[in-house]
This record gives sequence, structure tokens and C-alpha cells, in this order.
Amino acid sequence: MNETHHLRRMTTIWIVLSIAADLLFWFLVGPHIPPGRMTDMASSNQFDFNILFVIAIPVLIGVWIYLAYAIAVWSAKRGGPEPVGGEAARNNRTAQVAWITITSVVVIFLAGFGTVELVVNHGSGGGEGPNPVWSPAGAIKAETAALAGTGTWSPNSNQVLPVQVIAQQWKFTYRYPTFGGFETPQLILPVNTTIAFNVTSLDVIHSFWAYQLSVKADANPQVNDVAYTTTNQTGPFTVRCSELCGIWHGSMYNYGRVVSQQKFMQWAQATEAANAANTKDLPPFAWTYVPDANGAAGGYYPDGTVTPYSTVETYGAKQPAS
Amino acid sequence: MTERPLATAGEASTAPRVPWTQRQGWLSQHLGTAIIGGILGYTFGHWLGNAISSNYQYIVNSGQNAIADALALIFGVVGWLLGIGALNYPLAKLAGRQPEKEVEVNDWSKYFRYSTNHKTVGLQYVVGVLLFMFTGGLLAMAIRTELLNPTTHYFSADTYIKIVSEHGTIMMMMATSIVVGPLGNYLVPLMIGSRRMAFPRIEAFSFWIFVAGYMVIFSALPYGGFPTGWTGYAPLQTQAGPGMVSYLFGFAVIGMGMMAAGFNIAVTIINYRAPGMTWSRVPIFVWSILATAALLTLATPTLFAAGLFGLLDKTAQTAFYVTEHGGSSYLWENLFWFFGHPEVYIMALPGFGIVGEILPVFTRKPLFAYKVGAAGMIGVSLLSFFVWQHHLFQSGINPDMRPLFMLTTELISIPTGFIYLVGMGTLYKSKIRFEIPMLFAMALYFNFLIGGVTGVFLSDVPVNVTVHGGFFVLSHFHYTIMGGLLFAFMGGLYYWLPKMTGRMMNKKIGLLHFWTMFIFFNLTFFPMFIIGLLGQPRRVFTYAKNLQGLNDFSSISAFLLGFSFLIFFFNLVWSLYISPQKAPANPWDSLGLEWQTATPVPPHNFERIPVILTDPYHYSEASAPAVADLGGDERVPAVSSHDGSGVA
Repeated sequence: MNETHHLRRMTTIWIVLSIAADLLFWFLVGPHIPPGRMTDMASSNQFDFNILFVIAIPVLIGVWIYLAYAIAVWSAKRGGPEPVGGEAARNNRTAQVAWITITSVVVIFLAGFGTVELVVNHGSGGGEGPNPVWSPAGAIKAETAALAGTGTWSPNSNQVLPVQVIAQQWKFTYRYPTFGGFETPQLILPVNTTIAFNVTSLDVIHSFWAYQLSVKADANPQVNDVAYTTTNQTGPFTVRCSELCGIWHGSMYNYGRVVSQQKFMQWAQATEAANAANTKDLPPFAWTYVPDANGAAGGYYPDGTVTPYSTVETYGAKQPAS
Repeated sequence: MTERPLATAGEASTAPRVPWTQRQGWLSQHLGTAIIGGILGYTFGHWLGNAISSNYQYIVNSGQNAIADALALIFGVVGWLLGIGALNYPLAKLAGRQPEKEVEVNDWSKYFRYSTNHKTVGLQYVVGVLLFMFTGGLLAMAIRTELLNPTTHYFSADTYIKIVSEHGTIMMMMATSIVVGPLGNYLVPLMIGSRRMAFPRIEAFSFWIFVAGYMVIFSALPYGGFPTGWTGYAPLQTQAGPGMVSYLFGFAVIGMGMMAAGFNIAVTIINYRAPGMTWSRVPIFVWSILATAALLTLATPTLFAAGLFGLLDKTAQTAFYVTEHGGSSYLWENLFWFFGHPEVYIMALPGFGIVGEILPVFTRKPLFAYKVGAAGMIGVSLLSFFVWQHHLFQSGINPDMRPLFMLTTELISIPTGFIYLVGMGTLYKSKIRFEIPMLFAMALYFNFLIGGVTGVFLSDVPVNVTVHGGFFVLSHFHYTIMGGLLFAFMGGLYYWLPKMTGRMMNKKIGLLHFWTMFIFFNLTFFPMFIIGLLGQPRRVFTYAKNLQGLNDFSSISAFLLGFSFLIFFFNLVWSLYISPQKAPANPWDSLGLEWQTATPVPPHNFERIPVILTDPYHYSEASAPAVADLGGDERVPAVSSHDGSGVA
């Protein structure tokens, strides 16, 4: 069999199978790919995954067909023609140039595509550190106001809602600076709203992973890691820690809920009032908290009688009266 | 073998006194004295630590004190090295004395001694890495047992996380040396036509410190383990108990071995090539080992320094990684991954080299696009220094760096793809003999493709939000390291063990081993991609109830995968001891220089230094030139059924 026959046969099988697999994937599997469509970031990240998969399918199928063809046709057991060595078998300029060109084009396209998606989607829900470069409109203003204690949020106002995530061994708590800075283990969010998560840690590195919201931001001590997402469906979602943080890492999860804007407002105002006495004792709202040897902000020695673990004087938030 | 002079009664008083380091037999230096040295050193170090810093104990009166633990391990390793005789030469030099040459022992006990023969060291490494691998594998079985059920626990959360950490660390340490150690040391001199490595003492040192590293990392378990996984992130590291000291110092010890081995191999390849072994004739395996050696030498010092900082944080109360006192949790992450990503290619490139050697032999075709393949390996090793922050995409690093690291990470798939060009071009219109090594080589192409393609998903920052830190990434790197490197290593063992041991491996048991390993590897790890996409983070002992089916499937496959390694072990024992079949000098009809010398390999490899005439890939070529002039009357024919008689 001559060269064109082998290649033509493989190419035909490849094109048919790739198109079939791509179509099946795009229409049957793609819409169900995690993280779903609960937020804008989730939808666009699902779209990205599906685009990558549609490109990956022909690559996988191409190599597999080639290997299967080689095993079936070029096996010594079949007793085909003797292989031919020499220069022609060692190098083939066309094949080499084509291979390098095609892989380079695909790879550079993917890097460009990923970058555009990352910028357009305001960091795609990933942690952008304390100084995010691709913020949604109004986010910086809302964050600045939140820190100054002058931030507001009301239904139908189209404002960005800052929420602080405080990770600690081994739970997440949340502070809502636009509602007096109360702290709660519940994560309730309004629908159709851009949320600015400000993620920090009191001890080791954790990672705040709101799975269905497509948000993942590492929680580093004394670092504010900002991630954005825009909710567009109501319902429950899962929060898990996705950075190993010690023995109970596996148990560090809870469930949040996206509710209507009115319901959120009711909940936030009710919780603010119910927690008012506790909120007074909390350190003032800040992007990060320094753990204190006497127990404030999650320090390690809550009874205040144990010698601090370091001879270096500790510092941090003002102490609650004991 | 140098005969000891027999002392008769009359001569006893006049016979020269043999110094201890020159003795043979039980009263000389060997594994036993190394163990004694290690124990004495450990005991002394622990006493010293408690003597100078008794008020730094983790728990009052526990005797667990980071300084004592660190000093115990440091002195233990020094005692071990003294005991095995690794320091005889440098100490004699330091004292201004003329050092004596290591005694050459030629009986079985040479495998338990400080041997400077690269073939002995290679075989020592085979046993060493297999020991590492079986230990790590048993821990993997424990992990999969725990994950059989989301709510019923076989281990406590504490024990589980320590098993996970120990498994990851042991396997990573093993994988850095699994090819470079056994096959690199044994084969590189044979392949480049050298009689030895450039620095035989450094070579022996690299092995014995590798064994010390194994014991140091294993000492973490009796110390209570460490909870950080193999990545050892600070400040969790700073918070952890005394097992962390073993981790930090263990990586330093292993790192010394890696640097020594890499440096030695690079120098050997550059300077010890036989006449005529030009860069365009160097076997592709040697190229892969050279690229790996460069990474070992250049990347490992970063880990070494990072581990030292961690050790100082734990013992001397410094604050490199303690944020409250001015350190940074990002410092460890960056230092670790600056080493860690080249490390990933340390665990990939040698596998590419092995399949590059196996394919031409079993297809009877020359290696396709040899120069592109070699360039790809160098390209991968260079680019691997510029991708490390893709491990930190969601960590809050400078956000505008992410597109750059996304680009470099995706660019690295271009040179990695060259290995597929080489493989597929070599297979084209070939005549494949499906011997065991060839099956493993083909399996690498299957597995690594899945590992490589999923790597592109991970490098895409938006997709990374979902797949980072979960079972998806876990499955990805098992596909590249286990599916790639370990399959290649197994192929390499089946291929080269006949040369190294003089015994053929049993083919029937080998087939059973291959198919069980290949099938159950894929059945174990493929479901983990789905488990990860469905939201299971890594290193958890409890998970969502709806993932139990997939986890159970994966666990049961993992047990059977573990069983396939028992088949391999059985094959080793069967083929080497129970029913040994003598291997011909060149059982696979290879043109490689390593196959042209006799089996067993003569003490100095080649009777004369060979003169290399061409590269070893002229298969199926009628008028091919001879590969090498071995110094006898005949030249090695291009297509050979050579029985080693060419070596006079």
C-alpha cells in the first residue's frame, strides 16, 4: 500500500470520528459540564472548558487512531513488507514543519483565547490578589466605601456587594461590611448582583471554593484576595476549602444560598440587628486581621493566660474587654 | 579482585597493618556499619539538641523538640555517611593525607558497600527505587481504602492526612531518581562509550544519601507525621509537629543526592563521550538524561534553600514564612514551585528518552526526527523554569502575571509534542514486534496524551478555577508521572534488565503484569477526572455522597493496580532466581552501543574505548555503516544478531 493510502484512510476515519464526537459532546455533554450556569463566571468558564474539549477531542482521537492503525496494520505478525530505513525514514521536512506549525498555532490560539476570557470576565472568578486589575464597573467604589464604613446596598440598585470571607481552621465565616460588618457562618447572596469576595485567612493558607459560583480564591493570612462573580440564578451552592489546611481540611465546607434581592435584604437587615451586640466586640472591619495572642481574630490562645508562642511582642486589633 | 596477602604465623608480625577503610569482609565498611553510624549519630544529635535547647519542646516532657529532632537527623545522616565510608576520601584530603582508593569487592556483598562502579550503583538504585515505590504504593492503598466510603472512616482524619502527605512525598522523591538513578547511572557510560562516570565517588554518594533520605522521610511517621501534603505549604508547615522536620530535612537530603547525581551525569555526558560520539550521534536516552541532569542541578538548590528556611523557622525561630512577623506565605509557594515545576519534567523527560530507545528496536525503523526530539527535550527543560506560577493562579499572586504564565505553560506543550512526532514518525510503516518493552512504550503514548491534554485545561486560568486543587489535577499528574514515567521505567527494566542481570524476564508473567497495570491504571485514574470535575478537592477524607460510586470504582481498580505490582515483583523473583533464563548479549537485536559489549558487562565496560562511527538508529538500512569500532578485528555490523563475541 502506498503512502497516500495509509494517510488518506487514517484522515478519513479521523475527520468522521472527530466531528461526530465533537457534536455529541457539544450538544449532549457540554451543557452539563461543571460548574454549571449559576453565575456569569460559571457560564463563561463552562464555555471555556467546552471549547478546550472540542479542540482536545480531535487531538486525542488523532493520536489514538494513529496508534490503533499502527498496531493493526504495521504489526510484525501480519508479515507485511520489510520497513525501509535510510534518510527518508529519518526525516520528513513536510511532516516536521506541519507538526510544529499546527501545534504552535493551536497553543498560541488557546493562550490568546484564555487571556481574552480572563480579562473580559473580570478574572473569571479566580482570586486576583489585593489589587485586581480587571474589576467590574462599580466594584472599586463599593469596596472603598465598604472599608470606610460608608458602603450601602439596596435591591434593584445595581450596586456591587462586597462580602468578606474569613477562612480559619476549619471553617469559613463571612462579614458583610455594607450591613454594619456583622460576621456570620451563613453565606447568603442576592441574585443578579455582582459580588466582590474579599478572601483572607486567620491562620494558614486555605482556598475559598464556591463551586457552583465558579469562584476560587486562596485565603492567605494578612492578604486580601479579591474575586468577582455575578449571580444570575437562585439556589444553593457548595463551599469547600480546596487548599490543604491541616487535619480537618476534609470537613471544611458549608452551603451557601443565592436568594432574591428582597429576601437577601430582609435577611441581611435581620441578621445585622440580631448580631449587633456581637458585632460591637469584633475587631473593626478591615481587609485582613492579625491574629492576636490573646484570642482576638482567631489567635491561638483564647483564654489569654498562656504565654504567647513567640517572644516577639504580638500586635493587632484592639482587645475586647474581658 | 585484589587478593589479600595470606598471613602465616611467622609473617604475622611483619605483615603491614591493613587500615580499616581498606579491609574486606565483615570487619570492613558496609551497610551494617552505616546503620550503626546512623544510630550513633542520631542518638548524639538528639542528646545535643536537648542539652542546648531543652525548653523548646513541643509538649512539656515529651522529648520532642524541633532542635533535638533536627540535630538528630543531621548527625544521623552524617553518621550514616561515615559508616558507609562516603567521607573517607574527603576527610583524608582535609587532613592532608594521601587518601586510599576504595577497595573493589567483587562478591555479592558489593551491593551493600560504597561501590564506585557505575554498574553496581545502577543495580543498587534499582533496589532502592523499588523499595521507595512499594512503600509509597502501600500508602496509596491506604488512601484508597479510606475513600471507599464518604462517612465510614478507616483512619482518623489526622492519620489519613499524614498518610496522604507521606505517600506524596515518598513518591515524588522516588520519581526524581527512578530513571536517572538506576538506568542513568548504569547505562549512560555504556551508551556513550565510557568506562566509568566522571566522579565515581560522587555517584556512590548520590545513592547512599538517597537511601538516607528515604529513612529521614520515613522517620516522619514515628515522629507523628506531617499534615501538609508533599507541597509542604507554609504557614501550615510552621504550625505542624516534629514530623515536619523530617520532611524539610528529608527533602534537603534527597536534594543533595539529586544535585550530586545531576552534576555528575552532566559532566560525564559532556566530557566522557568516546571518540566519534558527536552530539548528533548521542542516543536519545542520553539527551533526555542530560536535560534531566541540567534540571536536577539547577532547580534542586532552590528546594534545598527553601527547606533550610523552613527548618530555621522551626528551630531557630526565624520568620521566613511567618506572616505575623514579617515573613510571607507566598515565599514558600514560589520557592517550592520554582523547583517543583522543573521537578515535574525531571519526572517526564527520562521516560521520553526510554521510549525513544525502545521504539526503533521493536519497529526496526530509525528514530524519526531525532534532532527535533533532542531539541524538544532541551526546550522543555529551559521552558520549565518559566511556568511555575501556574500552580498559583488562584492564590492572589500579581494578577496580570497570569496571562504570561498561561502562555508559557501552553507553549511547553509544543516541545513536549515533539515526542509524539518522534514516536508516530518512527511507527510509520514499521514492523512492530510486541515485546513487553514495546507494549510499555506504546502505553506511555496512550497515557501521557491524556495527561498532557488535561494539562492544557489546567493551564487555562478560567478553567483552572474549577479544576485547580481537586481530583482533576491529581489525576492529571498521575497520568503524566505514573502513566508516563513509571510505564517507561517498567518498559526500560524489561528492556535493559537482561543486560544488567544477564537474565531474561519471563514474557508470560510480563504480559500479565503489563495488561493488569495498563488496564487498572486507567480504570483507577480516569474516573478521578470526573470526580474532580464534580467538585471533590484533593486530600479530603470525606466527600459528597453522590461521588461514592465513582470513588469505589477507583478504589477497587487501585487495589487491582497494586496487585499488578505484585505480579511484577513475582516476575523479578521468578526470572532472576527461581527459573533463570540466561540472556544473550543482544536479545532484542539492538544497535545501541550498550548492547554491543558482552553480558555480563565486563568490569571496565569495553576492552578498549570504542570509536563511534555513526548513531545507533540505522535499522533496515542495507548499506548502513557500522555503529562503532570496538577495537577487535571486526566492526559491529549495522543489523546484528550479535552475541558479544566482538568483544575479544
